[in-house]
Amino acid sequence: MSVQFLTYLFVGITFSLYIGIAIWSRAGTTKEFYVAGGGVPPLLNGMATAADWMSAASFLSMAGIIAFMGRDGMVYLMGWTGGYVLLALLLAPYLRKFGEFTVPDFIGERYYSKTARVVAVVCLIFVSFTYVAGQMRGVGIVFSQFLNIEITYGVMVGMGVVFIYAVLGGMKGITYTQVAQYCVLIFAFLVPAIFISILMTGNPVPQLGFGSELSDGSGMYLLDKLDNVLVDLGFAEYTAGQKSTIDVFAITAALMVGTAGLPHVIVRFFTVPKVSDARLSAGYALVFIALLYTTAPAVAAFARANFVSEIHNSQYTEVPEWFHSWEDVGLLAWSDKNGDGVIQYGPGNAFEPAKPKFTDARGAHGERLLANGATSSANEVYVDRDIMVLANPEIARLPNWVIALVAAGGLAAALSTAAGLLLVISTSVSHDLMRKTFMPGITDKQELLYARIAAAVAIVIAGLFGIFPPAFVAQVVAFAFGLAAASFFPAILMGIFYKRMNREGAIAGMVSGLCFTFFYIVWFKFVSPETNSANHWLFGISPEGIGAVGMVLNFVVAFTVARFTLPPPDHVQDLVDDIRIPTGARVAHKH
Amino acid sequence: MSDDQTPPQDDTEIYSHAEATNVVAPSGHEGEVLGEEKAHAYWRANIALVVKLLAVWFLASFGAGVIFGPALDQFHLFGFKLGFWFAQQGSIYIFVALIFIYVWRMKKLDAQFGLDDAPEEGAVK
Repeated sequence: MSVQFLTYLFVGITFSLYIGIAIWSRAGTTKEFYVAGGGVPPLLNGMATAADWMSAASFLSMAGIIAFMGRDGMVYLMGWTGGYVLLALLLAPYLRKFGEFTVPDFIGERYYSKTARVVAVVCLIFVSFTYVAGQMRGVGIVFSQFLNIEITYGVMVGMGVVFIYAVLGGMKGITYTQVAQYCVLIFAFLVPAIFISILMTGNPVPQLGFGSELSDGSGMYLLDKLDNVLVDLGFAEYTAGQKSTIDVFAITAALMVGTAGLPHVIVRFFTVPKVSDARLSAGYALVFIALLYTTAPAVAAFARANFVSEIHNSQYTEVPEWFHSWEDVGLLAWSDKNGDGVIQYGPGNAFEPAKPKFTDARGAHGERLLANGATSSANEVYVDRDIMVLANPEIARLPNWVIALVAAGGLAAALSTAAGLLLVISTSVSHDLMRKTFMPGITDKQELLYARIAAAVAIVIAGLFGIFPPAFVAQVVAFAFGLAAASFFPAILMGIFYKRMNREGAIAGMVSGLCFTFFYIVWFKFVSPETNSANHWLFGISPEGIGAVGMVLNFVVAFTVARFTLPPPDHVQDLVDDIRIPTGARVAHKH
Repeated sequence: MSDDQTPPQDDTEIYSHAEATNVVAPSGHEGEVLGEEKAHAYWRANIALVVKLLAVWFLASFGAGVIFGPALDQFHLFGFKLGFWFAQQGSIYIFVALIFIYVWRMKKLDAQFGLDDAPEEGAVK
């Protein structure tokens, strides 16, 4: 059966499954819509959190990015897992005890202030939309590459599916579809990884194969071989870092703290029955995430080694078929700069500009000709980093159904994250803005209706971002983590662990952390991108890592302001005492 | 859950909330009142545990992975340089272990203070 037929089949089956689950788990009350009624078992919540967390970027792009960053890829591996330790130990149990619906809820109640709540809502919407735009784009890309459907229609199909289960089912629908999506995506990620590991090292466990000897009879360790090969080609060693220690430190910290502060992740811990379940479910979530995150660096090393050995110094007409098929899609390009018909691969951009612009013509060897100018580099190859995951099944000569599975997995990863983000956006609008700030008199039914309308509007906006991607999407991912790190994390942490923290301190801290981080990123990414290099950065910290500094600033400002202003009122101090005690955690209750 | 309207069982229970409709959360241990001193002891034990675990968290990631990573590279674990292994594998395994140690120790601590959120009370369908 053809790849395309199988892909339609797999995507069709998984989509019907998601919609079936949505219809089965319709939400009838705001409590069900916001926190799935607070009755999700910890194991299932762990799976749902993992799917919520692992986005199209984790599934499709991360291994490829690591393959080209080498050791420095650790910033993502540690940053996007280490945050769960902070979440489990410092936030999740207490927020569960607090027992409300949203993150702005906690900020608003703990800091007895509508202003604080509205500041939190604004941050939340900004962070979540930044993030969701990339997911919808991911949906479109999977559709266009695997099913030859235009990106626009692909995004519309994705919007339709998310619409059905998010608007109908709210958190309840999303939770159970995310459980299914986790199973699809982890299976789709592990199967090719296991096969490639066997192929290259004979070890079926990628995490071990990664540190094993190659099965090509050379007796060399995979990583040693990779280091040697890359150095011979003029690249840096794979296992040596390139970034400065302080920058790696700051980026890892910003990603960890940002992860712990992302509202769509935090809110998942509102859905379990008890405080002890919130702790346990954070543990399960990290196990499920670690399955992918410890496999990804192995896939990265395999893919890089494989890519170099199959491509470099090979006749173009004799390279494996996958090179040609991905060239047809436009993720690979080759230009025979020295006219020898042999592919030379090396460091530096092969073309000017770096991204290939294909013409319709074919060259002497059948390669797609480019309109780009050549650079002085000896490198003749353009590689899109996403190819490392997408092409894996073909590189390992796996059957067609595995390729179809990767497509279904990519869609599961993108849709599950998009749905989680859209839910927190709609919840913060209907609950925090409407019910708690501007229209306090509305009934539960009306609030639920507003939540559904807000979800629908958010889906349409997210879809438009996917169809007409603003040029800055890729540039602003740093925003989501940096802003969450500089705003939510310190405010929530101090709200739990420092009883004396008051309204004035928290608001001043959030606003200063946010503004500092925001303007630093805007400056280096948009205003003055030509100066975006280590010697211009503050303390040598890149915009990706500046959220860590924003967080410190938030703490310092908050403590200073709180010292000179009145302590919080008694009922708030009692509230803090109460959330520190695990008993009596109840289902999130109505007000 | 049906106990939304459950009246406060005990006025001395440490709980209050900005809005009056928010009722006292019933304790899993009927009639037991948590004294302020006991609450403080519980909180101190909790903080001590969290600080210890976060120290390990920091050493495994920022320590072994980032700061001492290059120095650890002279040691090998199978085909991995040790610093590289911590950076791309080991730190993640340690993170997982830390959360489960926390879950286990907190369960013990809760039981010791009579604060375990007992299933007969917290179970929700």
